Amino acid sequence: MAESPERAAGPLHRHPDIHTVKPVDVFHPSWWIGGAVLVGFAILFIRLLITNENLQWSIVWQYLFSPEILAGLGRTLMLTFLAMIFGMIIGTAVAVMRLSRNPVFRSVSWVWIWFFRGVPPLVQLVFWYNLGLLIPEVSIGIPFGPTLWSASTNQLITPLSAALLGLAFTESAYAAEMIRAGIQAVSAGQTEAAATLGMTQAQTLRRIILPQALRIIIPPIGNDTISMLKFTSLVSVLALPDLLYSAQMIYSRTYQTIPLLIVATIWYLVLSTILTVIEHHIEQRLKGGASLDWQTIARSLFKSRFWGVRRGEALS
Amino acid sequence: MMATTSMPLLTVERLSKSFGAHQVLKSIDMTVAAGDVTCIVGPSGSGKSTLLRCLNYLEVPSSGAVFLEGEPVGLRWKGEKLYRMSFNELSMQRQRMGMVFQGFHLFPHKTALENVIEAPVVVKGVPKAQAIEEAMRLLDKVGLSERAHYYPAQLSGGQQQRVAIARSLAMQPALMLFDEPTSALDPELVGEVLAVMRQLAEEGMTMVVVTHEMAFARDVADHLVFMDGGVIVEAGPPRTVLGNPQHARTRAFLARVQ
Ligand SMILES: Nc1ncnc2c1ncn2[C@@H]1O[C@H](COP(=O)(O)OP(=O)(O)O)[C@@H](O)[C@H]1O
Ligand SMILES: [Mg+2]
Repeated sequence: MAESPERAAGPLHRHPDIHTVKPVDVFHPSWWIGGAVLVGFAILFIRLLITNENLQWSIVWQYLFSPEILAGLGRTLMLTFLAMIFGMIIGTAVAVMRLSRNPVFRSVSWVWIWFFRGVPPLVQLVFWYNLGLLIPEVSIGIPFGPTLWSASTNQLITPLSAALLGLAFTESAYAAEMIRAGIQAVSAGQTEAAATLGMTQAQTLRRIILPQALRIIIPPIGNDTISMLKFTSLVSVLALPDLLYSAQMIYSRTYQTIPLLIVATIWYLVLSTILTVIEHHIEQRLKGGASLDWQTIARSLFKSRFWGVRRGEALS
Repeated sequence: MMATTSMPLLTVERLSKSFGAHQVLKSIDMTVAAGDVTCIVGPSGSGKSTLLRCLNYLEVPSSGAVFLEGEPVGLRWKGEKLYRMSFNELSMQRQRMGMVFQGFHLFPHKTALENVIEAPVVVKGVPKAQAIEEAMRLLDKVGLSERAHYYPAQLSGGQQQRVAIARSLAMQPALMLFDEPTSALDPELVGEVLAVMRQLAEEGMTMVVVTHEMAFARDVADHLVFMDGGVIVEAGPPRTVLGNPQHARTRAFLARVQ
């Protein structure tokens, strides 16, 4: 009965030593078929890009660095960052109100978030631009008393200020929720430790809570910045010459619609790639767990090691 | 002269605290003399942490009062009227009462040294160089001057708790509160924290310590308080309370922990 394994295998099954043979991997036909189909489509698409006359690459190249386009690019960047900065400032205030014990603060901030997350940014832009129809005049003064300063709304609401209001308010609603989550993720023990050391609430928020919340908040803020870059193209409805509207103005004169849309597309891709790289880099830094302060962030924003490392690897 | 020296550093008068319908502290009376070590022991859930947290107003008492050097904590007289202090007024009083938590609560984004200098620099406005010098002295005292530039995550629990003690001491408090400072530690790390606390006691620091370390309570405490069900069941010199407990509840508790 007690046969040894070798005997059981018998002379019919002569295998080489299992430790010396490499097993053959499972064959997945779907990988190869699916892959081949996609490569086929990709080749067709690239052929279209190269051979289609309507793309007019020479015109794309001619306008890519034209002053008008570059000025639009600058406005797009400015709008993106100003809207993000104002959005974050308002968002921080709304988040702190949301966490307040004061029920009025809590409900006002809830309504703010509900409203600006619910209304499409495009509707807001048009609405803010036409604010003059609703409130013809803005004035500062003592209620029921003398007016100290007043101006007509149409003077204050330019395409730029309307665009900033709409974009920053929309961002503030999303930022408020992210900042609130970040603050809540910092344990109550941190606040209590700071309180027992005699720190005031403002000191605790600024020095203990926000720096820790920042770790959690920064990755989604990076994503929002990239979304904001794309959202700014909405301002073309206000005839604000951003990147897209600058391209539109040119093709409305020259009828070179497709090449100019490609110019805009290229620049949007370039900017979002750069922002993604920066975001990726900061996220890696944060994962490293080293101390996080404003200087570290600023330094990594301006002195990105990303390309340096890549080049170093390629050369070695 | 006699009157001032005999005034207790801390007085607790008829202190009660309820969470909703649940009364956790029932009219606690207690005094702590300057330089004394008071240990509070008792079963879990008996209200020890709540009592300690009422002392520095982390919890607002439902009734009764706490006096620090004769001044009511968290409350302010204005003529005949009694007002609650704002958070910022309260922070002045809290500077005089250090607190060490079971869970350390070091600031994770700051090094040991930065944790210790934070409050002196930010709250008291001590020049940074001077704060660092003082912090290094304190870190040396708790045996961690070599770890000054480590982040909390790079330190063991015992080391973190010793940094937390140094952080509290940096504010030069009149009184130190400890809430089960060794309960979250691995057994082999308990000793190093207790040694630091023992040294503090010998130097004359006034301390209120909630603990389950009966040996520490017996050797170090001047005054032992046994709490159960939100009341002080028995209090006195540790040898008396531990050696000759008067109440059945004290005897039952001591039989369980010893
Ligand atoms: N913030 C709170 N809300 C509601 N109940 C609480 C709160 N803090 C403590 N308690 C209750 O008070 C009682 C005493 O708690 P605690 O003071 O932590 O006891 P101990 O420190 O002696 O273990 C427990 O029953 C606990 O559930
Ligand atoms: Mg407790």
